[in-house]
Amino acid sequence: MNERISRDDVAHVARLACLSLTDDELDSFTSQLADILEHAADLDALELEEIEPTAHPLPLANVLRDDEPGAAADREKFLASAPQIENNQFKVPPALGDPS
Amino acid sequence: MNAREIPSAIRNGETTAKEVLETHLEAIQNREEEIHAFNLVMEEEARNEAERIDALTAKGEDPGPLTGIPVAIKDNICTQGVPTTCSSKILDGWRPPYDATIIERLRDAGAVIVGKTNLDEFAMGASTENSAFGPTRNPLDTTRVPGGSSGGSAAAVAAGFAPLAIGSDTGGSIRQPAALCGVVGVKPTYGRVSRYGLVAFASSLDQIGPFAETVADAALLLEVISGHDPLDTTSIPEPSLDLSTALTQGVEGLRIGVIDELSGGAIEGISDDVLGCLEEAVQALTSAGAIVERTSVPSTVYGLSAYYVIAPAEASSNLARYDGVRFGPRVDAKTTSEMMVATRTAGFGDEVKRRIMLGTYALSAGYYDAYYGKSQKVRTLIMNDFASAYKKYDLLLSPTAPTTAFPLGDKTEDPLQMYLQDICTISSNLAGHPAMSVPFGKGTDGLPVGIQVLASAMDEHTMFRAGAILEASNQGKS
Repeated sequence: MNERISRDDVAHVARLACLSLTDDELDSFTSQLADILEHAADLDALELEEIEPTAHPLPLANVLRDDEPGAAADREKFLASAPQIENNQFKVPPALGDPS
Repeated sequence: MNAREIPSAIRNGETTAKEVLETHLEAIQNREEEIHAFNLVMEEEARNEAERIDALTAKGEDPGPLTGIPVAIKDNICTQGVPTTCSSKILDGWRPPYDATIIERLRDAGAVIVGKTNLDEFAMGASTENSAFGPTRNPLDTTRVPGGSSGGSAAAVAAGFAPLAIGSDTGGSIRQPAALCGVVGVKPTYGRVSRYGLVAFASSLDQIGPFAETVADAALLLEVISGHDPLDTTSIPEPSLDLSTALTQGVEGLRIGVIDELSGGAIEGISDDVLGCLEEAVQALTSAGAIVERTSVPSTVYGLSAYYVIAPAEASSNLARYDGVRFGPRVDAKTTSEMMVATRTAGFGDEVKRRIMLGTYALSAGYYDAYYGKSQKVRTLIMNDFASAYKKYDLLLSPTAPTTAFPLGDKTEDPLQMYLQDICTISSNLAGHPAMSVPFGKGTDGLPVGIQVLASAMDEHTMFRAGAILEASNQGKS
């Protein structure tokens, strides 16, 4: 169906997924992902033009709870899980500009 | 003692919750080092809970249907204040600030939670070898894998560490390890059991379910954990299941179709041992009065391909939350984006990275239609084929896994071979239908084989009728 996934494709996908790969990892992941995608090429044999996609096994509708105040999550408890907090907020390294 | 016998024995004063717990802790003490079923044994918490239950029964109160039964919990289910790792370094040290709904239901029913069981990292795998904390071994032969991803839970039941355990099943992660460890494993209908507090892998496929030594014990546990939960928007608004009559009803007159494609037909790689056991299972159901014949469910052939696009696609999105900001460990770096890359790279194992990249690729511009879009259409085909089959049959039957338990290390270098372990189980997840694995016969290696009973959505009752007959017949043979 498609060309085999290339080493460059895998490097690109890793960047999108916020993962850093060594050269060796790039090689092994490229061949493994290519094998898996090649297996998925058996779907090309199917006539699917007229078929509706299914995203979910249940006929889901939006669920809204009653608009009544109830017990809320405890902020302290959730903040306690964070690697770094300041003034009741999650703290991260600089997100914009040159960090140096 | 079977799980089902424990509550009445405690109520009658024949034993205590404490005594039952100590017996199981002793079994853990004796063999856990060799098996590694648990990431954490909750000795102290379990002892406190057992004492609480004994105090209640001493006062003449009934703690509930699971009074004093030790239960092991897969370590991707949140337990408040108790580490929940998903067998991943990226959740190292994290203690959930809340309990999963099923944890509350188990406690309210009088169960004693004994520990958190090992799994393939984030439930991605079929052997429990992809754990950051090392593999679990099959209690029946420690050179073999227990299956996965809920291998720790299956092994815990098979080794007598706990008579009941909880797992999660996204593509076969309860049923396949149940088959490989010789225990009963059930994937209920999608939405039947609340997933509030289950760490998400593939949200349109994940479902929590029971492991047990017997079909009746699995039914008991499923009754407790099933039922609507307002905290899970995919929870089906139905009351808890009542399966008591299913266990004795028999299969007289039921129409059962053996899925040809999964039973020596189109799909290769199902071993002769397993097919032999399936043949005996067909005979057992026929002698019990069912009408069993082979039938075709053609699109099951394509289930594996569709699954290994859809599940990684959903996982790539679900696992974006592990970024070192709100919980879990962080690897420091100069900028936020560098910190996220460093944290994720150090925290995730290879299989998780593989699936995140596969999913990201399948969802990326230019490939979305070719992979994700196409797989979703195949999902429709599978649902249509099942719908046609269930017009003719009450239940469907197939092997659970293609082989008996395989040696450790056998498939770790070849992810595709590992994925093929799920070939018989995946279609039920794609359709959202219930399915269960019941031990039936053994391979030439002496290891157990599991037979899978599949039912249409919401029909766990009929599924358990056949499960009970298979179990009775299997016990009659040995």
